[in-house]
Amino acid sequence: MEEMPREQQVKFYQKGTYTVGNRLVNAKSRAVQSSITRNNSLTSGHRACQGCGEALGARYAIDAAMRACNNRVMAVNATGCLEVFTTPYPETSWQIPWLHSLFGNAAAVATGVAAATRVKGKPEIRIIAQGGDGGTTDIGFGCLSGMFERNDDVLYICYDNEGYMNTGVQRSSATPPTARTATTPAVGKEPGNVFGTGKNLPRIAMAHGIPYVATASVAALHDLEAKVTKAMSFRGARYIHIQVPCPLGWGSSPASTINVARLSVKCGLFPLFEAERGEVTSSVPIRNPIPVIDFLRTQRRFAHLMKGGEENERKIAKLQAIADENIRRYNLVRKEV
Amino acid sequence: MLKQIEGSRAVAEAIGLCRPEVICAYPITPQTHIVEGLSELVREGVIENCEYINVESEFAALSVAIGASAAGARSYTATSSQGLLFMAEAVYNAAGLGLPIVMTLGNRAIGAPINIWNDHSDSMAMRDSGWIQLHAENNQEALDLHILAFRLAEEVSCPVMVNVDGFILTHAYERVDLPRQEQVDAFLPPYEPVQVLDLADPVSIGAMVGPDAFAEVRYLAHYKQLMALERIPVLSADFREKFGRESGGLFHSYRCDDAEVVVIALGSVNGTIKDVIDEMRSGGYKIGSISITSFRPFPLVALREVLSRARKLVVVEKNLAVGLGGILSSNIRMALRGLVQPVHTVIAGLGGRPITMKSLAEVFHKAFKNELEDTHYLDLDWNAINRELDRSRAARRSGPIAENILRDLGGIEKRA
Ligand SMILES: Cc1ncc(C[n+]2csc(CCOP(=O)(O)OP(=O)(O)O)c2C)c(N)n1
Ligand code: SF4
Ligand SMILES: [Mg+2]
Repeated sequence: MEEMPREQQVKFYQKGTYTVGNRLVNAKSRAVQSSITRNNSLTSGHRACQGCGEALGARYAIDAAMRACNNRVMAVNATGCLEVFTTPYPETSWQIPWLHSLFGNAAAVATGVAAATRVKGKPEIRIIAQGGDGGTTDIGFGCLSGMFERNDDVLYICYDNEGYMNTGVQRSSATPPTARTATTPAVGKEPGNVFGTGKNLPRIAMAHGIPYVATASVAALHDLEAKVTKAMSFRGARYIHIQVPCPLGWGSSPASTINVARLSVKCGLFPLFEAERGEVTSSVPIRNPIPVIDFLRTQRRFAHLMKGGEENERKIAKLQAIADENIRRYNLVRKEV
Repeated sequence: MLKQIEGSRAVAEAIGLCRPEVICAYPITPQTHIVEGLSELVREGVIENCEYINVESEFAALSVAIGASAAGARSYTATSSQGLLFMAEAVYNAAGLGLPIVMTLGNRAIGAPINIWNDHSDSMAMRDSGWIQLHAENNQEALDLHILAFRLAEEVSCPVMVNVDGFILTHAYERVDLPRQEQVDAFLPPYEPVQVLDLADPVSIGAMVGPDAFAEVRYLAHYKQLMALERIPVLSADFREKFGRESGGLFHSYRCDDAEVVVIALGSVNGTIKDVIDEMRSGGYKIGSISITSFRPFPLVALREVLSRARKLVVVEKNLAVGLGGILSSNIRMALRGLVQPVHTVIAGLGGRPITMKSLAEVFHKAFKNELEDTHYLDLDWNAINRELDRSRAARRSGPIAENILRDLGGIEKRA
C-alpha cells in the first residue's frame, strides 16, 4: 500500500507540555500529537473560540485515526460548531476528504460513504462520522441508532460540550442537571437544567451490542489516542464519546479548558471507560477523587449553585451522588496495587 | 424483451439494468414493490456489485444515498408521500450538493387525513427543491425514464425524481419492453462524478456559505436546470436511437396541431385524457392534449410555443395548493404570460378519487361552450361539504371533519 503524501511538518512553539503529548518522555510513550509528523487533519486557521475543547478533541481524534490506518480516513460531519468553525466558505481547515450534509444525518451519510468505498473495492478507506452532542444524542439519534443496529463500518465520534453551542448555548439531552443554558436559565424555582432528564449515549450505544464503545477526554490525550487507535482496529459500528469543554457555553476560562476537562474526570462526573459488545472492559482509575464542587466552581454555568443555602447544598449533593454512582459503576477508585 | 409485469417490477428491473452501486430504502405504500423487487434482484446476484441497505427512515435512506453518491457510487432510493416529506431536508441537501441520485416517487397523497392513494401532493411539495422532476405516463415510460434519469442526473450533476403514479402505474400489470443490458450500457456510461471524496485529492464538501456567495450558488442550481432543459430532448433523441422507441422528452403533445382547446396534465391521467380526446375528435371537437414529462425544469418556452396556438387551456391536476388553487396551472399561466388565452384549473383525482372519462368529457365540453369556471373541482360532493360547513357553523366543536364526512357518506357504517 502506497503512503499517502499527507503528512506535514508541524511547528511547535511550546517547549514541552502535556497538551502536545509529552514530548519529553521516551519516543515510544509519546502521543501522536507530540510528533512533528502528525497529520494536523484539522489544521490551524479555523474560527473556533479561544480554548475550544471541540477543536482540540477533533484534531486529537482524527490525527490518531489517520496514524492508525495509514492516513486513509474520510470524515462526515454533522452541522454544529465543528462544522461551522472549520469550513467558512471558501476556506477549510480539513486536510482530509470531508463531507457535511445536515445536522441530523451524519451517521447515515457515513454509512453511505462506507458502502461506496466497499463497492468501489477500497475497503482500506476508513470512515468517521462526527458531531456535537446535540447532533448525536438528539436530532441525529435515529440515524445513529440505525447505523449501530446495522453494524455499519463507521466510527462515530461525539464531541460532547453538553449543549447546543453553535446556536448560542441551548440545552441538549447531554446538558447536566443544574447547568445554566439559554433555554434552562438560572431563574425561577429550579434554576438551570432539571434533574432526572437527559440520556447517557455511551450506555445506549453499548445496548446495541456494537464492537466498541469508549468515552474519552481532551484532558487524557494518551488515553484518547489509544481508544481511537483501538477503535480503528475493529470493523463494524464503533462509538467514542469525547468530553470537550466549551469556554463560551460553560463560562470557563479559555486557558483552563484542559484543567476543567480533567476536573470533570477526577470528580467522577465524566467516567472514562471502554466497552466491547456491550460489556465494560476497562476504566481509567481516578487516583485522588475530588469533590464535584471543585469542578462546578470552575464554570459560570453552575454559578447559581455557589450562592449557598440549603437548596443549593442539596443540589450539589445530588450531583455528588451522580459522580459517586459513576465511581461505583465503573470501579473508578481502586485500592493501591 | 417483452414482459407482462407489474409497474413496480418494471421499474426495479430498469434500475437493475442501470448498474446501481448503492440502494437504500425504507418501505411505504405504494413504493414497496419496487424496493422489494430490488432487494431480491440484489440478493439473487442479478444486480452485481451493489449494496442494498435497509435503513430506519426515509431521512436516513436519502442520507445514505447522499454519502454514497458523494463518494462516487451510483445511488438510488425510492419513496412516496409521507416518506418524501420525512426526508425533505435531505431532498434539498442532495440538490444543493449537486449529487446525481435517482429517486422513484410512487406518487401518493399526503395526510392528514392519511390516505395511501394517488395524487401529486408529494412531488409538488418538493417542486422547488432543485431536483429534476420527470413524470411517467405509463409503465413503459416509467421504466425508460429511469434509464434516462441516471444519464441526465450524472451529466448535469443534479438529482432526478421519477414520478410514477401510485397504484395506477406501480401496481398495474402492463406489457413492457425491457431493454437488454448491452443496450443500457451503450446508453449509460459509468458514473464519473464532478466532485468526489478522494484520499488523493482531499476536498471539503458542504461548506458554510454566507451572503457573499449564496445567491450565486442558488443561481447556478437554476442554471443547471436550464441546462437540463436543453439536455432532455437531446438525450431523449439518443434514447430513441438506441432503444427504438419514443420516451421522455420535455412533453408529449397529442392531436394539438389544430386544437382549439388543449388539455394539460402530468402522469398517467394522460391516458384517460387521450381517450376522451379521441371520442370528442370523432364528434368534431378540435381538442388535443399535452402530457408534461419534465415538470422541473419547467419548459416555459417550448410550452408557450405550442400552447399559444390554442384558444383555451384546461389544466387537469392532481393537487390542490390550498389557499391558491392549482400549481401546474399557475406554471402554465407563467408560460403564457402576456397572452390572452384563458387557463382553467381542474382539480381532480385527489387522494385516489377516480378520474372518469365521463367527468372529463363533461368538463371539456363545458370548455367549448365557455361554461367552465376558472377553477373546477372534478366530482366534488358539494352536499357533503355543505353539510359539514353547516355543522361547523352550528357548533364550534362539531367533531373531526374527516370522520363527519365519512359518516355522511355512509362510509363508517359500511365499514363497521
Ligand atoms: C434540522 C436543524 N435544526 C436545527 C438546526 C440549528 N442548529 C445548527 S447547529 C445546532 C447546535 C449544534 O449543537 P451540537 O450538535 O451539540 O454541536 P455544538 O455546536 O455544540 O458543537 C443547531 C441547533 C439545524 N442546522 N438543522
Ligand atoms: S462555542 Fe464552544 S464549541 Fe463552539 S467554537 Fe466556541 S468554544 Fe468551541
Ligand atoms: Mg454541543
